[in-house]
Amino acid sequence: MKFGVATSSAAEALFSNPLRSLLTMLGIIIGVASVMVMMSIGEGAKAQIDKQISSVGTNVLSLRPGNLNRGGRNLGGSSGRPFTEADVTALGEQPFVQAVTGTLSQSANAVAEEANWVTNIQGGDASYFEVNNWRAAEGREFTAQEVQGGATVALLGPTAAKNLFPDGRAIGQRIRVNGVPIEVIGILESKGQSGGMGGDRDDTIVAPLGMVRNRITGGNRWVSRHVSAIQILVRDGYDVLDAQEETTTLMRERRKIAPGEQDNFAVVNFADMIKQRAAATETMSMLLAFTAAVSLIVGGVGVMNIMLVSVTERTREIGLRMAIGARGGDILLQFLFEAIALCTLGGLIGMAMGWVGVFVYAQVANSPMMVSPIIIATALGAAASVGLIFGFFPARRAAQLDPIQALRHD
Amino acid sequence: MTNDKTPNDKIATGRPIISCRDLSKIYTMGDQEVRALDGVDLDISEGEFVAIMGPSGSGKSSLMNLIGALDRPTSGEMWINGRALSDMSRDDLADLRNETLGFVFQQFNLLARQDALQNVRLPLRYARKDAGDDEARAKACLEMVGLGDRMDHRPMQLSGGQQQRVAIARALANRPRILLADEPTGALDTKTTDEIMHLMQDLNRQGITVVVITHESEVAAYASRQIHFRDGRIESDSAHPDLKHASGA
Repeated sequence: MKFGVATSSAAEALFSNPLRSLLTMLGIIIGVASVMVMMSIGEGAKAQIDKQISSVGTNVLSLRPGNLNRGGRNLGGSSGRPFTEADVTALGEQPFVQAVTGTLSQSANAVAEEANWVTNIQGGDASYFEVNNWRAAEGREFTAQEVQGGATVALLGPTAAKNLFPDGRAIGQRIRVNGVPIEVIGILESKGQSGGMGGDRDDTIVAPLGMVRNRITGGNRWVSRHVSAIQILVRDGYDVLDAQEETTTLMRERRKIAPGEQDNFAVVNFADMIKQRAAATETMSMLLAFTAAVSLIVGGVGVMNIMLVSVTERTREIGLRMAIGARGGDILLQFLFEAIALCTLGGLIGMAMGWVGVFVYAQVANSPMMVSPIIIATALGAAASVGLIFGFFPARRAAQLDPIQALRHD
Repeated sequence: MTNDKTPNDKIATGRPIISCRDLSKIYTMGDQEVRALDGVDLDISEGEFVAIMGPSGSGKSSLMNLIGALDRPTSGEMWINGRALSDMSRDDLADLRNETLGFVFQQFNLLARQDALQNVRLPLRYARKDAGDDEARAKACLEMVGLGDRMDHRPMQLSGGQQQRVAIARALANRPRILLADEPTGALDTKTTDEIMHLMQDLNRQGITVVVITHESEVAAYASRQIHFRDGRIESDSAHPDLKHASGA
């Protein structure tokens, strides 16, 4: 078998009628472009989710007070009765809890000697750093004694540090947060951007809980020693979902919620939350996969149609080729090759368009651009397979022509 | 005829390269049977130049299709180059057409988008056996038919006679034993017809068996043997006494 005959005649057929070839390829082009965009969105989303999960930790539970309904009006996120430090202590005694911290947060106007910066301040216990898997990159973390004593110390997130101390020498310096003088004792590691999780997590100040409540946020009118949220690090070996359930049971008890009544707080499993968002991305991916499949099939039918036309148009040529010694297999290969060439060329064009699509998506969705060799191979493979599958029937029809009838055809 | 399944040397000019025994081809059109060939016995020896003549519908084209291994008979048996065609597969027949037979058609049947050289190379590309340098051989064939200076011309850039020469070169590319020509001059003027038929005579002298179908007696006059068909049977079969080329053209 000489492939030369098949390849040269395929190229010739392809370029002898470029407009027809292009129109035929359109479905394949769209299909392959969607395959590419779909796969790269999927991969990008997966990479982002993996990154988020590793930055938060899969074994962290977060408690927030429920939304308060007053006169039928929802007062918004965490407007319900806050938790207390007693809740934090009670949770800390549970066997499944590795570490727990209450938190408070408040937007903050921080002033350094040379600069000022609007950011937020978070109050936490000494275990804040362990629970959040967020360590001091420079300097030190505050201690339990400092939390107890209400020490006016703080750690800066890298973004806040950079803006308040452009020269980089922050540790030991004094800043004023909402008028309260505070000593900077450390700089936190960078957590980076985390899309949808409140923007730049590095733009923050972390300080002892009691100090933040007493000096900055102020107390709660109804609840003493309140905390606005609680974060729990589940001990290794305990199931996060079990821990979530036990936490819920304990908090219902502590908040005196009668059986049958709704929770007035939420226990959020971060990993779960992220997975839910991943599911949404997956739905979009599925939708695109469906689009891709449909256009590849429609494109394939178009290719089959044009190949049948081509076989009819070239019946005489087929007859001649048979008369001078082409076997059925040679003819089959020739037309199959033509269909595959048509689809692969369409695939290449589609890939170029898909690349543009991926680039645009990456810009708009602010997600990393992911075009791996696997994606390229899949996209091209899909196109070639369509050629193979939909080209086979017309090619076989050509191969089975009767040489005499084919020669007489006009 | 004692054994009608064995070719015998009726004409003792050499061993028969084409043999037909009791060959019939019946087409059914609706409920009507058309006997295109009706029990034909025929032997053509190697090196003969045969013209097959007859009015349309006489069965000469049907015979050509059978000899050309393009069609199968309804009944009867035939041998080409000593091989019985009845037990050959579709692929075997294709290989036979490729290696042993060369076709020349009335309408030339050249590939319009390929130049002369590419057209001539086509049968070589389907050859199972590696014939060595395809291009050199195709060029030699084109030079043999006198088109050495027009190898890169496409069919549209050539005259009818030149196109038929390309077709003959294509038929010769695989060094066939038999050249089959179906009305090869049907689309050509008289002068060109003479040129083409002289070319065929030359090829015949080089040892190729030539079978030409024609309804023109001027064309048939180039052949050394003329067979007339009527109603699917051989009406007459005679070696032509005075060859036209002997008198010069």
